[in-house]
Amino acid sequence: MEDKVVLLDFWPSSYAMRVKIALAEKDIQYEVKEENLSNKSSLLLEMNPVHSMIPVLIHNGKPICESLNIVYYIDQVWSHKSPLLPSDPYQQSQARFWADYIDKKIYSLGKRVWKSKGDEQEAVKKEFIENLKTLEGELGDKLYFGGDKFGLVDLALVPITSWFYSFEICANYSTESECPKIVEWAKRCMEKDSVAKSLPHPNKIYDFVLLLKKIYGL
Amino acid sequence: MGEEVKLLGFWASPYSQRVIWALKLKGVEYEYIEEDISNKSELLLQYNPVHKKIPVLVHGGKPICESLVILEYIEETWPQTPLLPKDPYERALARFWMQFAVEKAPAFGSFFTSTGGGEKGEKAAKEVVEVFKILEEQLTLGNTKFFGGETINMVDISHGWLPHWFECIEQLVGLKLLDPKTLPRLHTWAQDFKQLPIIKESLPDYDRLLIHMKSVREKMMISTK
Repeated sequence: MEDKVVLLDFWPSSYAMRVKIALAEKDIQYEVKEENLSNKSSLLLEMNPVHSMIPVLIHNGKPICESLNIVYYIDQVWSHKSPLLPSDPYQQSQARFWADYIDKKIYSLGKRVWKSKGDEQEAVKKEFIENLKTLEGELGDKLYFGGDKFGLVDLALVPITSWFYSFEICANYSTESECPKIVEWAKRCMEKDSVAKSLPHPNKIYDFVLLLKKIYGL
Repeated sequence: MGEEVKLLGFWASPYSQRVIWALKLKGVEYEYIEEDISNKSELLLQYNPVHKKIPVLVHGGKPICESLVILEYIEETWPQTPLLPKDPYERALARFWMQFAVEKAPAFGSFFTSTGGGEKGEKAAKEVVEVFKILEEQLTLGNTKFFGGETINMVDISHGWLPHWFECIEQLVGLKLLDPKTLPRLHTWAQDFKQLPIIKESLPDYDRLLIHMKSVREKMMISTK
């Protein structure tokens, strides 16, 4: 039976980009359905009734929600190619730990970095940079977080780098000066087809942020 | 797997308890090390330099942090008494519901520091009831005793703080939300979960927990003013 894979997407979403990278790594053919988040489709509401959020992967009619959850699912089902998680349970736990860290300490702050102002923005920016530095420390001198090969932690982090330019302009700082190794690592990841095809150009994200600022009156 | 297993925990922490329950269900022998979280040990800071929090599982000298990450590790390492479905789709569903417990924690936090009344209190209570309704629906759809079926799994473990800790919160806030009339299945689930021998024998003493949580609540309410 041929697999039918559909991704409910929103192009600027870093969470959705994770899924696209995973699908590309595994060479999976899929259909993209772009969602309008201010007018969610009945399909999205049906497939993710609890959160009504993208990304949602629909595999042969069955929905899987939450980006990392989707990535773990993809890795388990299409296990024959490009494993994303290490096979050793301890190494796996470390990868899950850092993916979780990225969710809690990087992705959760992103919106506030560009959206907030004044003292609040300064505080969020400081925390965001500190957390990036923690990740930089974890990367060390490795090519990727996974070691020699691109893996789960790299996949979890790289999408938000498409937002870095916007964060830098809005919050007035430079990732290059603060975390040069992260910038270097991001460039290395972008050399991979699966990543390059899944991330929009930072300028496009910035145009999107400007539009949001206009809508929110910021 | 003959390597030593240690757990750095805190008696009142539901996150610590999750790990204890999983280890006990799988019959894994471990050494428990009680941490004083107001005066963190060198050992904790060494094993969890990133978050400096319990629980930390140490297996053969190697630390694993964050309760849900620890649960996944326990499942991989000790496959007896499976706590996650094998089927990838069912597994993804289970993980979704585990994550749900994490995502909704702030709603419970708001309720914890509310006084039950007023605009803030009412909003917090409403959010918690919404979470309960979603869980009630899940139990109704599944039509089984526990989220895991006839026996508990990691989804039950992830929500396992509700039967005991949330009771304390209801008592402190002065508002009962886990109502058997409007949430019959969830209420029954909570009672059934608490009565399981492995859970019952591990739970901290209720009165002691109440005193501890009262003190935590007071500190949190001062700091959020």
